[in-house]
Order: sequence, then C-alpha cells, then structure tokens
Amino acid sequence: MKEPEITAELAAQHGLNEDEYQRILKILGRVPSFTELGVFSVMWSEHCSYKNSILQLKTLPRSGGRLLVGAGDENAGLVDIGDGLAVAFKIESHNHPSAVEPYQGAATGVGGILRDIFTMGARPIACLNSLRFGELDDARTRYLFEGVVKGIGDYGNSFGVPTVGGEIYFENAYKGNPLVNAMAVGLVKVGETASAIAEGEGNPVFIVGSSTGRDGIHGATFASEEISEESEAKRPSVQVGDPFTEKLLLEATLEVIQKKLIVGIQDMGAAGISCSTTEMSAKGNSGMEVDLNKVPLREKQMTAYEIMLSESQERMLVVGKKGKETEIKAVFDKWDLNCSEVGTVSSTRMLNISFDGERKASVPPIDLVLGGGAPVYIRETARPAYLDEVRSFRKEELPETDCVDALLLLMGTPNIASKQWAYRQYDSMVQTATVIGPGCDAAVVYIKGTRKALALKTDCNGRYVYLNPREGAKAAVAESARNVVCTGAVPLAITNCLNFGNPYKPEMYWQFTEAIAGMGEACRFLDTPVTGGNVSFYNESPESAVYPTPTIGMLGLIEDLSHITRSYFSENGSVIYILGKDEEEIGGTEYLKTVHGMVKGDCPKLDLTKEKKLHDNLLFLIRSGWVLSAHDVSDGGAAVALAECCIMNQEEAIGAEISLPAGSREDFTFFSETQSRVIISVKPENTLVVEEYLRSRNQEYIRAGVTGGKSLKINGYEFDLSDVSDRYFRSISRIMEHIS
Amino acid sequence: MSSISAGVVVFPGSNCDHDAFAALTKFEMVSPEYIWHKDTFNRHFDLIILPGGFSYGDYLRSGAIAGLSPVMQSVKNAASEGTVIIGICNGFQILCESGLLPGALNNNSSLKFICSDQNLRVEQNDSIFTSGYIKGQVVNFPIAHGEGNYTAPKEVIDTLEKENRILFRYSDIKGTTGAEANPNGSINNIAGIINAEGNVLGLMPHPERNADILLGNADGLTLFASVINSLSEKKVQHA
Repeated sequence: MKEPEITAELAAQHGLNEDEYQRILKILGRVPSFTELGVFSVMWSEHCSYKNSILQLKTLPRSGGRLLVGAGDENAGLVDIGDGLAVAFKIESHNHPSAVEPYQGAATGVGGILRDIFTMGARPIACLNSLRFGELDDARTRYLFEGVVKGIGDYGNSFGVPTVGGEIYFENAYKGNPLVNAMAVGLVKVGETASAIAEGEGNPVFIVGSSTGRDGIHGATFASEEISEESEAKRPSVQVGDPFTEKLLLEATLEVIQKKLIVGIQDMGAAGISCSTTEMSAKGNSGMEVDLNKVPLREKQMTAYEIMLSESQERMLVVGKKGKETEIKAVFDKWDLNCSEVGTVSSTRMLNISFDGERKASVPPIDLVLGGGAPVYIRETARPAYLDEVRSFRKEELPETDCVDALLLLMGTPNIASKQWAYRQYDSMVQTATVIGPGCDAAVVYIKGTRKALALKTDCNGRYVYLNPREGAKAAVAESARNVVCTGAVPLAITNCLNFGNPYKPEMYWQFTEAIAGMGEACRFLDTPVTGGNVSFYNESPESAVYPTPTIGMLGLIEDLSHITRSYFSENGSVIYILGKDEEEIGGTEYLKTVHGMVKGDCPKLDLTKEKKLHDNLLFLIRSGWVLSAHDVSDGGAAVALAECCIMNQEEAIGAEISLPAGSREDFTFFSETQSRVIISVKPENTLVVEEYLRSRNQEYIRAGVTGGKSLKINGYEFDLSDVSDRYFRSISRIMEHIS
Repeated sequence: MSSISAGVVVFPGSNCDHDAFAALTKFEMVSPEYIWHKDTFNRHFDLIILPGGFSYGDYLRSGAIAGLSPVMQSVKNAASEGTVIIGICNGFQILCESGLLPGALNNNSSLKFICSDQNLRVEQNDSIFTSGYIKGQVVNFPIAHGEGNYTAPKEVIDTLEKENRILFRYSDIKGTTGAEANPNGSINNIAGIINAEGNVLGLMPHPERNADILLGNADGLTLFASVINSLSEKKVQHA
C-alpha cells in the first residue's frame, strides 16, 4: 500500500495544528514518515500528552506521608497502608467510546484501568465506577445506561474482581455525552512492585497478551475531540474487550513480576505500541529497536502505521532481563498467551521501528512524551455568562411545597433512588472480602491476613460544580472523604477523573482551572494528596457540554475491623443525632431540580475547618465504639438521609421519630443540602458520653430523635416505610424493565 | 487424625478458586492444593472442588469447553471411584456439561447477570453435603451468575424429586418457594442437586462466600463442615 504524502494538511487531519507540525519538523530535522506522523499525532493528542491540563494538575498536592509513588510517576498511585502492604488505585474515563458503543466502551474502560493496576504488580481487589447519563425518559439514554452497565458487569464479573461501589447520576447535560469513569484498586507487597521503565542495553522487549488488530486505531485522537454527528462513523475506533484474556494476562503478569524476571512493564492502552515503547524508553533514558514483523497480528496486511496505532486490548509491553527469555516465555506459555520478542533496549535514546526490512520510524522518545517534548499549553479563561443568570436565584421566592409529597417524590427520583438495578448485575462479592458492598456511603473491603480494611468511594455532584466550579470541586473532595469517615476510615488519598468540555473554549477552561483550585485546596486541607488519575476534555455533543465533573475516587483506611460502621439504623430505641448545622442552602439541590424543575443558585458552601473537625470527632466516636450507624447528609438533604437510614437495610427497615429544629421554612429544613453533616445513631446508655464529647470539642449537633417502629415521623409528618422503600428500591427497575 | 486430601481445579478463567481454597483452609485436617486444568491425575483425592468463574471465558455455552478439558477425564474417574465432588456456579455448569450431573443451566429468565444474597431451603439433610443442617432450614448463600436457570427433561426432574436428589431450593426467608423467590427461572426452584450415587454436588449459590461471619453469615461453612465430617468419619472406620 502506498503511503500518503506528508503535508501540514495531513497533519491537521491527524489533529496536529500548524505549530505542532512545525515542531515535529524541527525535532526530526526532516519531514516525518507516515508512521512517524501517526505516532506523533497520538502521543501529542490531549489524551496522551495532557498538553492543556498538565500545568494545572501540577498545582494539586501530589505527595504526602503515605504516598510511595507520586502522581504521574507510574501507571497508578501507590499508598502505604502498613503491614508491608501498599494500595495501587486509579480512576479513568472511557466517555467517548461509551457514547457510541456503550457495551464495549464501558467494558474496555474497566479492562484498561485494571491493567493500570496489575502492571504495577498489584492484584486488583475492587472496582468502582462513576456514571453520568441523560434523563431516563429518553430511549437512547436507557440504551446507553443498559449497555454501559452490562459492559462493566460482564468485564469485571468474568475477570473476577468485585465491583463494590460507585455512583450514577441522570441529568440532561449528559444526554449526548455520557460519562463512564472506572476505578480499580489493587494490593501489593511493598518492594514487589513493577515499574514502567525500559533500561539496560540489550534487554529483550516482548509484546505479551492478545494479538494486534485494527481495532481502536486513533482511539486516543477520537477521545480528544467533541462528540459530533460523525462520531457514529468512529465506532471502529472503539476497542473490543476480552476479559478472559485479561484474567490470564493478570496471572501471567503477576507471575513474571513476582519471579523477578523483568525490568519493566507497561500496559498498552491509548496509543498502543506507540505509547508504551516511547514512554518506557523515555522513563529509562533509553532507546528501543523494534521489529513490527514480530508482533502477533490478528488481521492480514496490516501496515506499520496501523500496528503502531492499534489499541487492541489485553496487551502489555514487557522489558525482560537478558538471559531470562526462556523463563519469561514459559510463564506466558503456561497461560496460553502470546509472548513475542519484538526488539531490544538500546542506549541510543532513539526509538527505531522497522517493518518488512524497512525503517518505518526513528524518533527520540523523550520528544514524544509528557514531561519531555510534548507541547504544553495554558489556555485562555473567561468566566461563563450563565453564572450570573443561575446566581440570580432567590430561595425566598420559591413557592412552598408539601413536604410529604416532595419527600416521596425525591425518594423515587433516579438520582436518589437505589441503583440496585445496575449493581445487582455486578459481582460485588467475588474474592470474599467485601464487607460493605454497593449502595452505602462507601464500600468496605477487608485486607485478608490483617485487621485492616479499605473504604472506597467515588463522588462528584456535577450540578454543584456547574453552579460554582471552585466550591463544587471542594465539596466533591469533602463529601467523598466524609463518606469514608462514616464507615470508620481515615481518608488517605484520592485519584481524580476530570471530565470537562473543550479546553479551547475559555469558559470551559475557566471551569477547569477553578475546579482544580478548589480540589487542591480541599486536598491540602484534608491531607488527601492526589495520586493520579485522568483528564477527559471535549465532553461536548451538538446539544451541550456536560456539567464540569471532577470525579473523586477516595481511598480510606480502617485501622481495625471493629471500627466498620454501616449507614443504616440497626437497633430499635437508639438515639439519633445530626452532627453539623443546617444553613438552609437550597441552591443546586436535588429538591430544587426535582420538585421545582430548576438548576439554579449557588452550591452549598463548604467550610473546610468544620469539615475536618467533623471527621476527627466522628472517627473518635466510632473508634470508641459508641456509634451504631453513620450516614452523611447529601443529595436530598436531611429528610432523604433520614429516610435512607431507615430503609437501606432491605432485610429489616427500622423507623424513627424525628424532630428537626424549625428554620425559616419547613421545606428548607427538610431538603437543604448544607455540607459537613452526618446522621448517627447511638445506644441510649452511651448518649451521655457522646454528648459530653461533642460539647467538649465544640462540635455542633442536634439530638434529633429515636429509632423504632415501622414508619418515619419527621416534625409530625408520617411516612410509611414500605411505601418509601418501594419507591427507593424499585423506581429505576420499573423504568428500565417496563420500557426496555 | 488423618488428613483429608482436597483439590481445587483451576481452569483458565476460574475466579473463585482462591475463595474455595480459603474456605477449605478453615479446617485444620484439610490440606487443599490446586489442580491445573491441563494436568490429568491418577492419585487419590478425598474431595475435589470445581470453583466458580468463567472457564475458558465461557464465550461458548458456560462450562462447555471446560467439560472437555484433560483434567475432567481424571475428575470423572475420581467421581466413579467415590471421590466427593462439589461444583459451585461455573463448577455446576461444568458438571452438567461433562455428564456427571443431569440437566443444564440456561440464561437467567431476566437475561441479566444477578449478584445478590439469596435464601435457600435445605431440602434434605441425609446427604454428606447437608448433614450439618436441619431439614427445611433456610440458609443464605450469595448468588452471582448469568446462566443459573436449571432445566432438564420432565422425566429427569421427576427422578431428581423422587430420589430426593434436590438438596437446595431458592426460597424466601420463610422457606416458601415459588416464582417470587426464584431469581433465575430454574425449574422447581432448583438451586443444587446431587448424582444418584450421592457423591457429586452441583449448586449455583456460593457457600464459600458465606464462610466468614465478617461477611454477613457463615451458613456456607456448614456445607464444607458436613463433607469434611463425613470424610473423616469414613477414614476412622477404615483405619
């Protein structure tokens, strides 16, 4: 096949602008070959280079006491949890693939993030996700929701990792561009991790795992542009997942790492062989000689360009130790996987690619990668005009509504209702360590052989971030931390998945920089550094941009299994407290959206000092053994949170009689989403010590009532729990089963 | 006390092999080991577990390829010599595919994978697998499968019923069986059956997932305890 002539125009079709093309000419001192142009285009795509985000990301706190590997150093962050163990965890987006092919898009999102974990030598022990769709009354949205959930389930279930938690929101802003963020968490012994490095002249380079096909060519570039009418035609850019091969790859990879047969390893995700060869070489200050004829192919007549850009899944690039070739091959043979020696590490600092006896590419790896020669930009910012309009909201002008009707409506609205229709399709229990599975404040997975457990949570209220990017991002960090604290954990670190619109639009970039600033502030204050993650720009469709959605993946550590605390009421006759103080904040609430049809106002304010104090005090109470249950007040406010405390244990609902202090209006008292509040229940005999402790710490709280009975009574209104429960647990399945 | 030899078969794609192994290690007299799917064996095992998972990816009918794997020839020989075999979830599917148990596991009637806690009624307690339970007792084992809808020709079902070879049925917490309590459409709410000789059990629910009180309950541990008690009694008699 004759290769096209290389021009600035062809470069532009590859998503490279004029400056970037000139930069390539200067680096190479000549016109690039077609293969080289392809390699540059994917490596300098937003997806691989972070060119429009890296300077902002560097403002986030990226190191701290327990971090063993900082953000960006390896495929995932690594956190020390004691007992000689470390946790590798990361969240990543697969938004665009899922928008055009929900099943495979979501499945390969899970596959990709799992590889990021086990390429570090860590065995995946849990998956979570964070999903955003349009509203469920739309048929295409239901198709996307159904496909994404099945894709996540089929991949994780077959691979054998429990999907233990997540969050799902339905908002019109995500209709044309759903968000699919997948998080994985793995466990490794300190000192047994692997690195994504190529070094040592003459060391053999292997491609292992699946063979290479034409799937996913230009996937990274596709992820770096807006969804459009033409996106449907890019369906072939979506990769196809094979969880069975991934499971074999997991076992084989861990085996070669544990047997110390290799120097380095990196998974092939975006930009396939291009990315893994250049990044590993650049990290080791090395070069590589690669013969593409040795790459196992699944399709005929593939060109060098296609092989370099393929994003076929379930592949790894392995740099072995010289002399260990036979042993390495034996391990992959045992698992019936390809293991083909495709080249060697060199000291030339050049990546040389040959095919059919011809040199197809000769590029300096350092010039292709983030932190090396990849372009870095600061984009223009402008405060979006919509903010003035949404902020003109005055809560006092809101018509008062019947609190009974409103609460019943809220309990069944898909954003608040139980997502069990989705998570029942995920195996949440395999590996037999899931103590608290999906549907609670945070998931809890215990560490076998220790008294410890991890608390895990994904969180972001995109509506808050839309109304106030800085405060909303702060709230996302704070709420995810609060969630893990409620289970008895100390928040340790976060991973983030930053889903935003087109960075070349100043309003979008303003949202991005503001959100980063808020996130950084909260992470510094709460001492939860950012261990890494992923940026997804261009989340726009012809209809609209998504709400700016900086999803937080929080890792917390429970020091002793006896501290594990559930969110629902567990005993009749226990005393209910609400820690924190309501400020009647209605802007951006689920109540305002669902009952009044408005997304307006400012998001609830967050006082980080109060937040941190709440965490410390609650953890003290939990560790003292005085807390029967703890649940944070979030979407839907105190009334929804109280109802959830009553019904979340499906085996046994427990009612309560509550008196909330009257504020200016009853609906505000019920549904305000003021932050830094947690509902706890306490045995009657412990109330004295609990109250004394809270007073001594100047912790604001109210004694709100007692548990018992089969109904929830709030300020004289009564709710039948079977009705509340039916709305909460069945509303999504009613929508999905009746129509789909 | 003599020790009990137990093997957990590892197929490519098995993912509950470690969990089954861990459940067995709770018993001091059991020294479990893994059996690789490519290996045939002649040595004696007292107990063999075919664990859950997606053997060979299960891209074809679940368990179809595993049923033909080299190790299954040895497992069949062992079964005919009286070794106790437990097939859990994918293991049950493999037992059906290999002919050690009758019937087949279809797609769930919902056509969706289901992961959930599930109540089961213990139908018989005169088997080596259920001697530690009370007949009619309701236990809770998790289920996690996409193809758990047990089906077989009418005469096979009639035989299973007549010979009391159905050990577990899906039920509600009160022990009532019926459509409401049936998660996957299985005929007669069948969750687990044994062969005519009584030494091979296949069940869709996962007893190994409820073998630790930290994870909810330890109902599943009783199943393993029943088998291990029966095996050690046999050893004492032979000794």
